[in-house]
Amino acid sequence: MAQGGKRVRKAWRVMSLAAVTGMLAAVTACGSGGGDAPANSLVLYNGQHEQTTQALVNAFEKQTGITVTIRSDDEDVLAEQIMQEGSKSPADVFYTENSPALMKLAGQHLLAPVAAAALAAVPSSVSSPDKNWVGVSARVSALVYNTTDLKASQLPSSVMDLANPKWAGKLGIAPGETDFQPIITSIADTYGSAAALSWLKAVKANAGSHDYPDNETLTAEVNSGQVEIGLINHYYWYRLRAQLGASAMHSALRFFAAGDAGYVLDVSGAAILASSTHQAAAQKFLAFLVSAAGQRIIAQTDSFEYPLRPGVAANPQLPPLSSLHPDPADTIARLGDGSQALSLLQQAQLG
Amino acid sequence: MDSAELTGVTAPPPAVAGGRGEPPVRASRSFGFARTIRGYPAGLLLLSCAVTIAVLLPVVFLLWQAAHAGWGTIWPLIFRGLTWTLLVNTVQLAVIVTVCATVLAFGAAWLIERTDVPLRRFWRAVVVLPLAIPDFVVGYTWSSLSPAVHGLFGASLVMTLGLYPLVYLPVAAALRRADATLYDVARSLGCGRLTAMRRTILPQIRAALLGGSLMVLLGLLAEYGAFEILRFQTFTTEIFTEFNLGIDPAAASALSLVLVLLSLLAVGGELMATRSAAARAGRPAGGVRRYRLGWGVVPALLSLCALAGLGVGVPLSTLAYWLTQPAENIGVQTVPLLGAAGYTFEYSALAALAATVAAFPVAFLAVRYPGRLSRLLERIGYLVQGLPGLVIALALTFFAVRLLYPLYQSAAMLVAAYAVMFFPMALICLRASLVQLPRRLVDTARSLGCSPLRATLRVTVPLAAPGIAASFALVFLSAVTELTATLVLVPTGVQTLATAFWGYQSEISYAIASRYAAVIVLIAVIPGVFMSRWLDPGRSSSSAFGLALRRGGGGR
Repeated sequence: MAQGGKRVRKAWRVMSLAAVTGMLAAVTACGSGGGDAPANSLVLYNGQHEQTTQALVNAFEKQTGITVTIRSDDEDVLAEQIMQEGSKSPADVFYTENSPALMKLAGQHLLAPVAAAALAAVPSSVSSPDKNWVGVSARVSALVYNTTDLKASQLPSSVMDLANPKWAGKLGIAPGETDFQPIITSIADTYGSAAALSWLKAVKANAGSHDYPDNETLTAEVNSGQVEIGLINHYYWYRLRAQLGASAMHSALRFFAAGDAGYVLDVSGAAILASSTHQAAAQKFLAFLVSAAGQRIIAQTDSFEYPLRPGVAANPQLPPLSSLHPDPADTIARLGDGSQALSLLQQAQLG
Repeated sequence: MDSAELTGVTAPPPAVAGGRGEPPVRASRSFGFARTIRGYPAGLLLLSCAVTIAVLLPVVFLLWQAAHAGWGTIWPLIFRGLTWTLLVNTVQLAVIVTVCATVLAFGAAWLIERTDVPLRRFWRAVVVLPLAIPDFVVGYTWSSLSPAVHGLFGASLVMTLGLYPLVYLPVAAALRRADATLYDVARSLGCGRLTAMRRTILPQIRAALLGGSLMVLLGLLAEYGAFEILRFQTFTTEIFTEFNLGIDPAAASALSLVLVLLSLLAVGGELMATRSAAARAGRPAGGVRRYRLGWGVVPALLSLCALAGLGVGVPLSTLAYWLTQPAENIGVQTVPLLGAAGYTFEYSALAALAATVAAFPVAFLAVRYPGRLSRLLERIGYLVQGLPGLVIALALTFFAVRLLYPLYQSAAMLVAAYAVMFFPMALICLRASLVQLPRRLVDTARSLGCSPLRATLRVTVPLAAPGIAASFALVFLSAVTELTATLVLVPTGVQTLATAFWGYQSEISYAIASRYAAVIVLIAVIPGVFMSRWLDPGRSSSSAFGLALRRGGGGR
């Protein structure tokens, strides 16, 4: 009984501690939550790599005094959220890795026009044809291969060759990544959707169990020799090299033959939601992304994307964008909203 | 605290004298309440009903969501090839994990409870420790160790090592009270060791084995993070994808319905299993007789070391390894560790408070006024165990976007989701504590002129303090280790420890991710060990604690 009493006293101590923490938490919750965001603030739905976005936001906040609240997730998830939220969306700005997510929202009339000055800062070919989002940076699709397992001469020159059964068990893919979709769209547009579907099915069969959740994992697995070759965007390889150091790299990057359907330029862009009540601040943010200062952050941090503003040089580790030859037919309009790619992925049971 | 009470925690209350369904005799006790409904104090009953309805709301939303899509759309979606694939995956995994976990758990429980293996108290603590390490962290450590750990093999390995304590706890408790004399009699009549064990011990622990296996099944059904890391496709990973991508919200709700049905079957089975276990609990044990290992102590210790090494050693040492690695020098560390810990702490504490407060009237009603209605309310509370966190979170989102927009992406929503998910845990703890209160004390207080509310506050609540503290601590710890619902419901601009960990590990920034994982494990393991010792001194950590803790560890 005495022990029971002791335990009850002990419990009381724990309980009072719990009550105090609970109340403290409640008080802080009331302090932090509630109330609309002040005029001098933005909510950014971010599908870009978080470190890149954070670096941009930090510089923007410092320059303008506008606070930016970030919600990060995959761009397709965020695009879907914005469509669910409709006119009530808390988001002011949407920043993505690829153009299709933006085109999807543009098609739903959820985006506001972008100020002409921001659009003029980058070539018109990398922004929305309807002027409702602006291109910020770009990446190029490429092969990554393990240099112990393969020689450069053994590599396919066209993305279509990856369907060849000789790559069975050697090819890795990350079909769940939105980066994969523009490649499918490009193939479907060049060779027809039936050919694209059989290509997807063959690639799926070749990949077998090497079906990875994301390009970071895929690139790392190629580098460690778990799989010989993978289809990625160039910057994943550079990011891995920055992470591991050059001495730990057992892989290399290889672009397809000039103009190949698998050689795609992907544009990362930003848009203002039509429902945003902070239009002026949002325009400032877009203008900052394509300003010399913003573009230099993209070029100089470890984002390894190509800045799009003329006059801002890319990270010197990258080959100059002008030396690359992606399929010229892959315009923003042709890459579209990704719905065709998504439906092909589902038909191939990869989506 | 009696272990029988704790192992029978999810069992329905013992039959009340007076027969089933008959309005309980309580006229004298309800005296003084202004109003009663069918013999229950009106205020208490209404409060309990309101709480029960609130925790059932996600089910309503789920059905509404499905109805929104149209049953004509839903039906073919349920009976399509994908459902079959997912079912096959789930069944394969369930069979492998259940068999492996049962063998490991029974072996460990037998060595620890029935032999003279050295360091018994140490082993008792160590073998249940995996419960405090979230499965998504275990998955991450194994996956970062070797890319070969993936798919069915990886999922089986990680989930077996993470979930076997759920079988161990009830089996160890059953072995402790199993009648050993039967075994001796069987041996003296010429049975071999195995035959004697099969004929005398196994029947006594069958219910515990079954109950534990069903808890394993529930854990498997609700897990998301570990499977995503290990690239193993199950209902949760597929629902997450389909809902998020908006490819087919109808398909997502169709799969959710199947998942909830499977989970409810598991909960129902568990309720039945633990009921028969509770019926058995009163049997007098023939005293503890420990089998002398002799030289067998060497293989025994080696196998316990192997189990601890794989279940605890590998995850914790891998985590330690990543902690000592330099941060991947890509970009800056964007999520402040302290800030993330602050949010985790705040949401978890609020959820613990909410769940405990909500469960109190239901538990109190069930214990003090046993009857058909109060029993029903309590059982509905336990059924919530069958709702995976992902389903609860998605249902709440669906509801908020359409009906209560100010709650959308709010901290209140996340806290509410936690409170619903961990409501059964609070109920278990409070009930276990309330059922032991001497009623006379409350009656005395009442006879001395206290109002019912005053008597509750001055007598019942202080005496139930251990249960209240346990409930608070358990819900808190579970919320700290929760990932799936947090990913869906986290407010804009907020990163908790779990979401920050998730973000970095999916960018394979393992060294940075390990910091957040380490803080989660620190918050979960240290108070976890403390709590288990405090709740049930001298014995292995209480089953209620263990069973409940896996809710969070299971990644719900």
